[in-house]
Amino acid sequence: MDKRIRNRLWIIAGLVGLSIVSLVPRNTKQRVIDPQTGRMKDTTVRRLPINLGLDLQGGIHLALEVDQTKGPVPDCADAIQRAERVVRTRIDEFGTTEPVVQIQGRCRLIVELAGEKDPARAKSVIQRTAFLEFRITDMKGQFKDALPQIDAALRKAGVKSTGAAAPSAVAQLFGGDTTKAARDSAAEANTPGVLSALLFQGQLPGEFLVEEQKWPLVDSLINRPDVRTAIPRGLELRWGAQTESRGARAYRALYAVESRPIITGEELVKAAARRDPVTNGSVVTFQLSHRGARKFSDETARHIGDYMAIILDSRVQGQPPVIRSQIGANGQIELGSKPLQEASDLALVLRAGALPAPLTIVEERTIGPSLGADSIHDGIRAGAVGVALVILIMVGYYRMAGALAVAALTLYCLFTLAGLALFGFTLTLPGMAGFVLSIGIAVDANVLIFERIREELVHGKSLRLAVDDGFLHAMNAIVDSNVSTVLTALILYAVGTGPVQGFAITLIIGIAASMISAIFVVKTLFLIWLNRRPDMVTLSI
Amino acid sequence: MIRLFANAKYDFIKWRRVAFSVTGLIMLVGAIDLVARGLNYSIEFTGGTLMQVELHKRVPTEELRASLDRVGLNGAEIQTFGSDTSYVIRARMARAAGAAEAPTGQAAADSQAVGAAVGRALDQSVGAGQYTVVRTESVGPKVGRELQSKALMAILLSFVVTLIYLAVRFEWRFGLAAVVATAHDVVATIAFLSVMRLEVSLIVVGAVLTVVGYSLNDTIIIFDRVRENLRKYRRQNLYEILNLSINETLPRSVLTHGTTIATTLSLLILGGEVIRPFAWVMSFGIFTGTFSSIYIAAPVLLWIEKRWPGEDARGARAFGSRPAATPPVSAPPAAPSSPSARTPQPAR
Repeated sequence: MDKRIRNRLWIIAGLVGLSIVSLVPRNTKQRVIDPQTGRMKDTTVRRLPINLGLDLQGGIHLALEVDQTKGPVPDCADAIQRAERVVRTRIDEFGTTEPVVQIQGRCRLIVELAGEKDPARAKSVIQRTAFLEFRITDMKGQFKDALPQIDAALRKAGVKSTGAAAPSAVAQLFGGDTTKAARDSAAEANTPGVLSALLFQGQLPGEFLVEEQKWPLVDSLINRPDVRTAIPRGLELRWGAQTESRGARAYRALYAVESRPIITGEELVKAAARRDPVTNGSVVTFQLSHRGARKFSDETARHIGDYMAIILDSRVQGQPPVIRSQIGANGQIELGSKPLQEASDLALVLRAGALPAPLTIVEERTIGPSLGADSIHDGIRAGAVGVALVILIMVGYYRMAGALAVAALTLYCLFTLAGLALFGFTLTLPGMAGFVLSIGIAVDANVLIFERIREELVHGKSLRLAVDDGFLHAMNAIVDSNVSTVLTALILYAVGTGPVQGFAITLIIGIAASMISAIFVVKTLFLIWLNRRPDMVTLSI
Repeated sequence: MIRLFANAKYDFIKWRRVAFSVTGLIMLVGAIDLVARGLNYSIEFTGGTLMQVELHKRVPTEELRASLDRVGLNGAEIQTFGSDTSYVIRARMARAAGAAEAPTGQAAADSQAVGAAVGRALDQSVGAGQYTVVRTESVGPKVGRELQSKALMAILLSFVVTLIYLAVRFEWRFGLAAVVATAHDVVATIAFLSVMRLEVSLIVVGAVLTVVGYSLNDTIIIFDRVRENLRKYRRQNLYEILNLSINETLPRSVLTHGTTIATTLSLLILGGEVIRPFAWVMSFGIFTGTFSSIYIAAPVLLWIEKRWPGEDARGARAFGSRPAATPPVSAPPAAPSSPSARTPQPAR
């Protein structure tokens, strides 16, 4: 055999070997939740080393930005960078295989969780600010004293009191009885206030109850700028996290708390979820750092007898407990009847730390695993039929030469898949479409070459010369046309996101693979063919 | 040996006026349709929420619509997707804000609100547990606007890059003609999208860009032959050389377009509902790309050469230094049958 052919065969064998090695199923580590203990553990899974996109295996894609609706965030790039670290820590513990957390552009965070079956839970874990703070409630009743002023401000602004059904004064609530609410004498003297008519005095200092239906109304009232200025300095209003039922009615608590937190979640070092053996409620226990513990015990010593609100993401958790004695490093947050999983999610986000700013979802895609499986199935079917048609056309038209091109096409498929695996690119549904399409385009180089060889033969050249010249003369057109396609694919990659990028990558790898298979491999096959049959007069092309 | 269109001698360029009229007519129809109805943008561009649900039993569309109206999702778009138990529901998030229960006024851009509302509606009309949500997409309006400008930029950028590449590899006249032909394909594809009411999603934009690449590819194959023939047959004028080149590359065009159309048609018929718009655009793009390479790119090149005649068109730059002995093409009195490309001539 010709030495030139042998060298070519070695190169092809090397490429095929490399492709096969890169495609062999291998063991990969995955973090999954142990169903027994509920903890994360590493398992080894044997699978093909091709990453499937979210659209093929199902999953959730989120784009998050810093929420600017509640106040501008001056440096969103910095906030996103810090948020990325926090979200990554949370996701790593959350337990999905190969999560993607990356910053896109300056101020956008992309989170991709493949195979995630509970998108709502994943979203809440990611989005939760998890800003924990402890604040003393309004022990002196300053907010209640300021209520007439607030009502006056509202009256001046022309806000009318809504329902006649609402008790017309700040009402004291005893136990579950709402109808016999005693009337506050100070308020009774005045005409019913707009805001005070909606508030019922709770059991604790600084606690008020609002009927569940009136909640949005009250929230809009207390967020008015004129009301905000009328609220006494050093105080803020915070809603309770849950509805409470008193008798037959549902209420939501509103707390007046001090603006200054006595301690925040930054000082938290450990958090764990457990079930309270006495109440059977879910509880998150936490431990503070050394420094935090000292600060906490100092503050609690000063506030013995006061009520302390545990505020998570601006919502008061449970009813504020009274401080009976100095509290040290350990504490707990009671979640009541909420499921234990929610408690463990809360513990998780507390451990990972608070987000520097609230995040809002600007883009979301959730693909069910069944849809992904359908897509793979359809894509493979379309691909198989497409390939069969291409084989039929090529072999039918070019006979033996066409068969060689088809043989090279199998190598093309192998190279493309290996390229995807080798560079760790992800195969998406548009990528599969691109792959099927590029099978049609991949034979273009061979068509160009074969047509050239035919022309050279018509011009009366010898077989060998015609083949050589055919390959040579077709090169210009092949290179120019493919470079321009790669250029558009590169632009697609640069500008596109997710699925479109997958398409562009498949196209680029496919073009590179088709260059190798259609030019180098087919030329080698031609050389072998001509070598075997030196007496051949007509080429089967 | 089967040889299709071997030694074909069709006068393609002669039909350029007819071709221009046909494509002009198509574009006119497309433009009227575009102005009248506008493109059917996906929620990726407009912002909004899309939910694809798989029902376990058949439910009339009207009933679904009524139940969606009841939960406050008025004007939600409902479409069957593939089978008659698979539905796609599209709703703008802003419209659903009224149904949202969040008190802090932040619900304006919340997909969860729409998701919950659709869930309630389906519980009513289909029954809880009788359906599966297989896909949810929601995009904020800001992201949508960004994507629009990005898609436009991608197409323009690809034109610029192509122009530069072809100017370097060939000559600026070729580059300009190729870009004009490609621009024609983009416009024709947009007209196609509008008339067919296909949803313009990010993947469809990707398909349009692929059509750009494919059409360019095809144009370059013909231009490459033109470049070669210009050098080979110095006495023939550009009109004849363009025809010759198109005829010479005709077998290749038929074969390559045959194989690509075979694969895109199999994608269209068998590839599933999700990539069907992509396959539509690609199938159409192969036709328009082939058409434009022959009937737009070549005549435009002829026109450009007439408007700005130059030595460069003979490929001087692309082939480096020309042999000094070569006489200028127009210098010797040309045979009446083949006037030089450099002398302005009456249009045929």
